[in-house]
Amino acid sequence: MTTPIATSQTILVVGGGISGMTAALEAAECGKQVILLEKSPTLGGRTSLLYRYFPKLCHPVCGLEINLRRLKGNRNVRVITMAEVTRISGTRGNYTVAAKVSPRYINENCTACGECARAVSAEIPNPYNYGLDQMKVAYLPHDMAYPLRYVLDPSAIGTEEAGKAQAACKYSAVDPGMQEEALELTVGAVIWATGWQPYDAAKIQPYGYDRFPNVITSLEFERLCDPHGPTGGRILRSSDGKEAKNIAFIQCAGSRDENHLRHCSRICCMASLKQTQYVRDVYGEDGKSTIYYIDIRAIDRFEDFYQKVRKDPTVSFIKSKVARIAQESKSGDLILHGVDTEGYHRYANTHDLVVLAVGMAPSVHGADIPAEIVADSSGFLEPGSGIFGAGCASGPLDVNRSVQHATAAALRAIQVINQNSNAEPAP
Amino acid sequence: MSELNIKYHNDFLKEVEENVEEGKWVKMCMQCGVCAGSCPLGPHWAHPPQELFMMVRAGKRAEVLGSDSMWMCTSCYNCVVRCPRKLPITQIMHGLATYSNQLGLTPKIQPTRDFSILFWKNCTRTGRVNELKLTLGLYFMDGFMAGIKKGWAMRGIGLGLVKAGRLNAFELLKGHVCKDQKGIRAMLNKAAEIEQRRKRPAV
Ligand SMILES: Cc1cc2nc3c(=O)[nH]c(=O)nc-3n(C[C@H](O)[C@H](O)[C@H](O)COP(=O)(O)OP(=O)(O)OC[C@H]3O[C@@H](n4cnc5c(N)ncnc54)[C@H](O)[C@@H]3O)c2cc1C
Ligand code: SF4
Ligand code: SF4
Ligand code: SF4
Ligand code: SF4
Repeated sequence: MTTPIATSQTILVVGGGISGMTAALEAAECGKQVILLEKSPTLGGRTSLLYRYFPKLCHPVCGLEINLRRLKGNRNVRVITMAEVTRISGTRGNYTVAAKVSPRYINENCTACGECARAVSAEIPNPYNYGLDQMKVAYLPHDMAYPLRYVLDPSAIGTEEAGKAQAACKYSAVDPGMQEEALELTVGAVIWATGWQPYDAAKIQPYGYDRFPNVITSLEFERLCDPHGPTGGRILRSSDGKEAKNIAFIQCAGSRDENHLRHCSRICCMASLKQTQYVRDVYGEDGKSTIYYIDIRAIDRFEDFYQKVRKDPTVSFIKSKVARIAQESKSGDLILHGVDTEGYHRYANTHDLVVLAVGMAPSVHGADIPAEIVADSSGFLEPGSGIFGAGCASGPLDVNRSVQHATAAALRAIQVINQNSNAEPAP
Repeated sequence: MSELNIKYHNDFLKEVEENVEEGKWVKMCMQCGVCAGSCPLGPHWAHPPQELFMMVRAGKRAEVLGSDSMWMCTSCYNCVVRCPRKLPITQIMHGLATYSNQLGLTPKIQPTRDFSILFWKNCTRTGRVNELKLTLGLYFMDGFMAGIKKGWAMRGIGLGLVKAGRLNAFELLKGHVCKDQKGIRAMLNKAAEIEQRRKRPAV
């Protein structure tokens, strides 16, 4: 790889989810030079792993496709995947950034023909389905992957699997000798768009995510409902492979809780409301969704969506944060214990499947970012002077608000670059 | 307006905040229900903590202070470790019980309170708990015949304890006492004085 030329006129965007892509494109379309670093082998971030978007229930593919088309048509953005920032020093207008690029073991020659994946036999848990199924060690992350290039997992290196992949490739694209590379970049402004992570559900001890196979997270549920997901869109229980028809959604699983995340994650009420409609799509009137909630927070314009779901006879609402889940050992069914706030009735309700609407934790750890960056009490980034958070790195946001926020971050970064170019007249 | 005021003492929350241990936390409850659902005794009470806190806020003074519920709390702390708002629920429960007792509003037959009084008298008399006297006091709380019956039922355990040297029948006569009786008295008086200064019950 050739080191990209970057100067104090360049904007660095870290994280290639919907927010990072938006920030990079907005700045590039204003004529600025942008380098976009993404940790994983593909752009797209978490949105590419959702089945559908609220409020219109459209597929994420179309939003991503538009952005990828913009990206392909723009020469100002340089995308580097499998890259992570290790250090940033300097001040507003003039930062030195160190990054490491992990080996992909497959080079630019790859045509994504898929022969290598067919040739290898070893499998690893598929992170793009949150480990619900397995994938080959030579893989394409997903259909929307950008760059459209396969990856050879490091676990294959030094085994005969790497040799099989290499032998299968007609384009000399497999290169098991590839090494990690170090990059050093000079940039004028940084946009930090590393997004979010689901809160670790196993930490919510009374819900037994780590003990009961039929307690899953809302993200896993997105994959289950997706026809391209591990079950082909069927809502199957992992304990016995049976269809789940009586599904409980537990809100604020790890959010609004001093023992876990203090903040309201803002999107999870809407995510569960949306997911009840997946259940309806699969089973019609035969499915049953029950939402256990403290209060429903369908942020601003989404109240309509909430009212529509309220009227759906297949969906019921119980105003109560579930205290504890127990498992019926024979059937694998789950019994939810609690007391409802509207009348203080004690309940013990049985469900086939429990979906935890897990909270959003910031994903800003791992890099030694300068002290200039301040975080709020939950760890989300506050705006700095030359380093700007964008999207979910700065707070729990839906896609629409992430895009707005990223556009604002691009504007702030452009202001820094423009001040730079005013200070030093063009040569 | 005045009618409402009679039905709901809207200043009851304030009264609780000023007079009940950790009472200032009651307003922080977001009514999620986790404490109510987590309490092992919950199914046996009239009002779980969640409901009691809402009743405080709704100004239901007589119902709260006359309730049996807070006396049932066993201090297991299940609610406290799970409360998403980190309310010191156990302390508030005991605080409410203490306050209700101070005002004389506790229900007539309240075994937890009766035992607490028995225990307090027993241990403050000499500075040491006399277990034999405490146990017998407890047996005879409900009258002479009931006491004899209970004592008879427990005779096996009693004899076992005597044999193992864990129970001495002579404790009934005088029993062990603390050396510095005067010091203990002074300490208890001082504690009572501090408590009086801190809590001025608004009757
Ligand atoms: C269950 C669920 C359902 C949802 N449904 C909807 C919905 O229907 N509609 C909607 O509008 N929103 C929905 N959301 C919210 C949506 O997922 C977010 O708004 C969106 O993912 C935010 O995008 P982002 O780019 O800020 O973050 P991300 O999607 O997290 O992208 C961050 C990117 O940065 C990369 N990265 C992370 N760390 C580093 C690093 N150190 N260096 C380099 N790169 C890094 C990551 O690999 C990733 O590609 C849902 C959320 C949940 C939990
Ligand atoms: S690495 Fe080679 S075999 Fe594998 S997908 Fe790419 S071109 Fe095809
Ligand atoms: S959006 Fe809803 S489920 Fe998510 S943290 Fe807020 S209130 Fe809880
Ligand atoms: S767990 Fe805490 S916040 Fe929830 S109802 Fe009980 S006291 Fe209130
Ligand atoms: S500490 Fe008291 S109120 Fe709390 S769960 Fe235990 S018994 Fe119930």
